[in-house]
Amino acid sequence: MNNQNRGPLVHIVKRGSVPWYMAWLIRGAAIILALLVCALVTTLLTGENPIQIYAAMFKGAFGTPRKVWILLQNLSILLCIALALTPAFKMRFWNIGGEGQVLIGGLASAACMILLGDKIPNWLLILIMVCASIAAGAIWAVIPGFFKAKWNTNETLFTLMMNYVAIQLVAFFVIVWEVPKGAGKVGIINQATQAGWLPQIGSYKYLLNIIIVALITIGMYVYLNYSKHGYEISVVGESERTARYVGIKVEKVIVRTMVLSGAICGIAGLLLVGGTDHTISTTIAGGRGYTAIMVAWLAKFNPIAMIFASLLLVFLSRGATEISTIFGLNHSFADILTGIILFFIIGSEFFINYKLSFRKNSKKEAEA
Amino acid sequence: MDTRVPAVKMRNITKTFGKVVANDKVWLDIYRGEILALLGENGSGKTTLMNMLSGIYFPDEGEISIDGKNVVIRSPKDAFDLGIGMIHQHFKLVDVLTAAENIVLGLKGKGRLDMRKVNEKVKEICDAYGFEVDPSQKIYDMSVSQKQTVEIIKVLYRGADILILDEPTAVLTPQETEKLFTVLRNMRDAGKAIVIITHKMHEVEALSDRVAVLRHGQFIGDMLTKTTNAQEMTNMMVGHPVALNIDRPDPVNPKTRIEVKNLTVKNIEGIVKLDDVSFTANSGEILGIAGISGCGQKELLEAIAGLQPTESGSITYIDDNGEREELIGKDPLDIANMGVSLSFVPEDRLGMGLVGNMDLADNMMLRSFRRGHSFFTDRKSPKKLAEDVVEELEVSTPGISTPVRRLSGGNVQKVLIGREIASAPTVLLTAYAVRGLDINSSYTIYDLINKQKQAGVAVIYVGEDLDVLLELADRILILCGGKVSGIIPGRGAKKEEVGMMMTRLGGKEDNE
Repeated sequence: MNNQNRGPLVHIVKRGSVPWYMAWLIRGAAIILALLVCALVTTLLTGENPIQIYAAMFKGAFGTPRKVWILLQNLSILLCIALALTPAFKMRFWNIGGEGQVLIGGLASAACMILLGDKIPNWLLILIMVCASIAAGAIWAVIPGFFKAKWNTNETLFTLMMNYVAIQLVAFFVIVWEVPKGAGKVGIINQATQAGWLPQIGSYKYLLNIIIVALITIGMYVYLNYSKHGYEISVVGESERTARYVGIKVEKVIVRTMVLSGAICGIAGLLLVGGTDHTISTTIAGGRGYTAIMVAWLAKFNPIAMIFASLLLVFLSRGATEISTIFGLNHSFADILTGIILFFIIGSEFFINYKLSFRKNSKKEAEA
Repeated sequence: MDTRVPAVKMRNITKTFGKVVANDKVWLDIYRGEILALLGENGSGKTTLMNMLSGIYFPDEGEISIDGKNVVIRSPKDAFDLGIGMIHQHFKLVDVLTAAENIVLGLKGKGRLDMRKVNEKVKEICDAYGFEVDPSQKIYDMSVSQKQTVEIIKVLYRGADILILDEPTAVLTPQETEKLFTVLRNMRDAGKAIVIITHKMHEVEALSDRVAVLRHGQFIGDMLTKTTNAQEMTNMMVGHPVALNIDRPDPVNPKTRIEVKNLTVKNIEGIVKLDDVSFTANSGEILGIAGISGCGQKELLEAIAGLQPTESGSITYIDDNGEREELIGKDPLDIANMGVSLSFVPEDRLGMGLVGNMDLADNMMLRSFRRGHSFFTDRKSPKKLAEDVVEELEVSTPGISTPVRRLSGGNVQKVLIGREIASAPTVLLTAYAVRGLDINSSYTIYDLINKQKQAGVAVIYVGEDLDVLLELADRILILCGGKVSGIIPGRGAKKEEVGMMMTRLGGKEDNE
């Protein structure tokens, strides 16, 4: 009977709107907590000093100018893919196909470099590469988009399957183009002539990529927040019925947005193949098509916040690589730390939206 | 003042959602053998209070006692164990199961379910209170009122003797309402405690024994129904005196504006929703549309607005100069591009008329964002419009950058109507414009609609409250199962007559 008289120990209460500084305070607290838990796990599992591990992670990411450049390059590619996915996500079109769209864009670039290299002037080659990779990415994205618009197929499965098709296509062409025969890989394309390599700005190998992605970031921010297209995307995402009610052609918006989404993924492929790697393989996107989904969500589809979200993820992965070599730890250990940190960051969103209210004067109630 | 022991005693109940105080130290007594009407405007905390009784919410503060014993209700299961059952506005039934299956759903029992015993017990309950329901009928075959009956039996089957009904008559015809009232009276006489939440004054007067009024989350008072009247109750709810009659100015220079001929519409499943419907709507006039919900009202309005594909027939728009335009086969954008200024206040406000997650200014943009050739949207004029609407219609909102879904129902509706009227329409379609709105907001909306009528707009008003429809509309079109059952003048129309026409074509027995 006593039990019957007691209220629940904790109950969850929805917060009203939270001022922004409070939200950031909660997020900051989450990161500090995450670092503490990571430290505990590190000491228990490896016996290493967690402070040293953190220092090594930091060094691995920012230690030398070269490392900073690599960090920024990785950041720009991840950010570029996340930006590409964002308009689709805002439309509630779950484009899981970033990986495939990047690959196919990269494949188009590589094809141009291999087939047209040294046959036409370099500026024309690069122009064709740009067009080809954008078109390839766009086509790869618009196919599921069209089916969704026309027959309401499930875009998640469709885009996911398109990834596998893209991987197999790349695998096929890698064998066609492999150098030398039997090597199973393409190697550096046009190493001698550098035909089709995107130009370097000064002596900075990665600067061009970074500038292009910075421009796309600003462009996407303006497009989503201030253009009529951006407004239509938000309305379609929130409610298709409202969109139809005000005369927005939902099918058109879906197709148009997927063209844009795929095109930017294509650019990411171009930057990878033409800008930095100068080769093509099935792992060139390296799962970033999926990581980018997390970036977009962590940043709540705000292009500016995405810069920080991708910085965090790239920092974690670069730092993780560093500690696994320095301390001779398994790479999985770094993944454990990344997992803990992400868990806390995502978990903090719960505490921004809800608060826990604990039972008050439980003693008095129990006596009653 | 009352020496009986209340079945439910709520004391100092407080519940907050974020900054919003939904219930502020509310007291409420519910007695057995009595029907209590819980009155209050939108957002006054009636449903929140009842949800705490039925275990959906947990109060921040306060005490609840049942039959004099202090209790804590942590979950709907706790509530059931205490004999409290709530019938929600939105039914919670599984469509593909039968009535009896829905009734026993979720109940613990022995390994094998004996459907025959269940059916017998259901029948017993039906006989005791005068329900008419076939336990083996599937839910998807049922009318709204039958579904409601199943919901009531469901809580009775669980042994509830404290029943809460949240706006039970909103979806019923006058005849069905009468039937429900009979059943409720039977249950009262059997000693059950009954609470109904409603906005309709005449129902309160017809049914309840006692009235309790909430305002802005606070308990204002309770009294015996026979010692009070509609005017006093309204004043208590609103907090200041309100005039309780609806104006019906004479039509202004009526000319045919919309002509619908032999319109037939099928829904996606191929079921005929409108069957050979013909009528005209005139400028400067309110055409009321009556009918049981789901009789084609939605399809009719959406067909005119260009949102519903049609099978056959025509919808013609006639402008002031007598030029005729066919609306069928055109989408809302085409219709707007033709220069037809058509405003539509749909039934589903947040799912269709507005975007809940966007703020007021962005919602104003829905109609106007295409204006101009710029690639970018114009943000200034929607902001201005939002400010104007907030000021003129007295929308209570923290600001124009508040997401619309945070506003209460009445304010959401004001925002929607404000936007639709702002485009200076020649045709205004409204579906259930005051559904779920309190008296004060409802009268604001009636006023707005009347002003549009006087400005020469052809208003088509789909309503569910017949009393209002009879007072407001110049002509009434009654739909029955997708067919026109009749078109009668609003002045002098009888409620019983309209009610009959809603259930039978032409309103006569032999027309079945």
